[in-house]
Amino acid sequence: MLDAYHDSKLTKALLWIFSALILVFLMLPTLIVVPLSFSASDLLEFPPRAWSLRWYEVFFSSPSWMNALRTSLLLGVLTAVIAVPISFLACFAINRLGGRSAATVYGLLLSPSVTPGILLAIGLFFVLAKLGLVGTLTGVLVGHVVLAIPVAVIVLYPAINRFDWAQAQAARSLGAGWFRTMGGIILPQLGLSLSTAALMAFLTSLDEAVISIFVANGPSSTLPKLMFISLRDQIDPTIAAISTLWTLLISGVVLFFNLRERGQRP
Amino acid sequence: MTAAAVLQDVRRERRFFVSLAAPALVLVGLAAMLPVIWILRQSFLTMGGALSTANYEKILSSGLTWSGLGTTLALSGATLSICMVLGIPLALTLASTSTRIANRVLILIMLPLWTSILVRTYGWLVLLRRDGLVNSTLQSLGLTDTPLPLVYNFTGTLIGMVHYMLPLFVLPVYAAMRDIDNNVIRAAASMGASLWHCVRTVVLPLSAGGILSGSTIVFIYTLGFFITPAILGGGKVSPISIRIDRTLSTFQDWGSASALGVLLLVLVLITGGMLFGLRWLLTKGARDA
Repeated sequence: MLDAYHDSKLTKALLWIFSALILVFLMLPTLIVVPLSFSASDLLEFPPRAWSLRWYEVFFSSPSWMNALRTSLLLGVLTAVIAVPISFLACFAINRLGGRSAATVYGLLLSPSVTPGILLAIGLFFVLAKLGLVGTLTGVLVGHVVLAIPVAVIVLYPAINRFDWAQAQAARSLGAGWFRTMGGIILPQLGLSLSTAALMAFLTSLDEAVISIFVANGPSSTLPKLMFISLRDQIDPTIAAISTLWTLLISGVVLFFNLRERGQRP
Repeated sequence: MTAAAVLQDVRRERRFFVSLAAPALVLVGLAAMLPVIWILRQSFLTMGGALSTANYEKILSSGLTWSGLGTTLALSGATLSICMVLGIPLALTLASTSTRIANRVLILIMLPLWTSILVRTYGWLVLLRRDGLVNSTLQSLGLTDTPLPLVYNFTGTLIGMVHYMLPLFVLPVYAAMRDIDNNVIRAAASMGASLWHCVRTVVLPLSAGGILSGSTIVFIYTLGFFITPAILGGGKVSPISIRIDRTLSTFQDWGSASALGVLLLVLVLITGGMLFGLRWLLTKGARDA
């Protein structure tokens, strides 16, 4: 954009240095925990004086951490499995409805994303208490799905809008059933958006903390809830091991999707 | 087919489409709308269940509420200001390079967005503690004798919040700057405008829509932030969100907590409405032109 300014090499260099510093600022807190997770010390000394895998052992041999990990992964998968299909149907409906009712439905579905988390959390706590669902997996799941719906809608709606529905109609008029139309026409073209939506829904649930802090309990406690309690009360180096594993997982997933997307659009 | 039959057909079709959206709408209604409606109702009820404005009188007469309100606005305002100072030059740098390089850098910017907020909060604790990396670096460089109080206070909370919001701010600003026609910049350059002048009078006004979107996101999100102040604030930073938690955990006072919740919601609606109004005015100018 600033190509027109040939003689502004210094300004451009300064801008790049400034940007590089911001990138360091953005990456540093995530990267700093990696070496710490391999420290042998109880203290958070940097750089660590001796190395060990003890914090990974603590994590993998602790029943409460392992239970939280299982709960978080299960909730993440269930959230994606529930939120993506119902958001897909809703986006299809918005696309077909058009006009004011479409805008209303769209706005309603996005509303959880702008409502402060703490409000949803305490309100949901009360609604679940009335239903006897506080502390249950179902209760936390409902909260996570409601936060994943806006995310899925934002990913899916543009894709569904771009999709040429005449193709589906053509397939139907040529005698294909709903299942064949779905499997042969719709899913192959919307597959990338659907899997992105599923990944985003999974990550939304995996990272969700506020609702879990207020609504989850005991066996329904998620990893972020336990991490929150552990960070608030005292700094435990086990968190460094969890954080490292988390970052590794996320980087892998992002890299995988990035490569796949590049493969799809050469 | 008669007109009435066609109309009935159209209506039936619309009902079918609404029914497709029903599962999502029911869930949002049950788990997002109902809780908020319940908080609204609860804020007007006394402990005994009588209808009154006592909860509001109670919270509004408490100095804690007003200082909480001040902390909330100070945190959001400071976060937005820093995001602008850091984010606009970053977006400008990205928009000035090739899309290929920009996309690579964007992945790096997005990466923290993908990592857990608790991982990032933990990272900041490690960096900013008294004996943390930042303080030990500053001391070994001789820039300071005693460790600076960088965490468990307003500063630490602010750093954590800026770190969370910056990527979300940069994305819409970058998108808006990318959309600016290069010829406009070339025209400004050829007419002798300096780089700084061009940025100020051409680039910034033309990307104002993106800057406003980014600002709206930052403000709406940060007003209700809970995790970051709860951990990096170390009990010393109490925006409204923390007040709500404390009112519940210490006093079990659902009425006051709900009234504080409504206050927070009103704050979100007012600032959100103001920023949306501003954007509407801005795009109205573009529409009329």
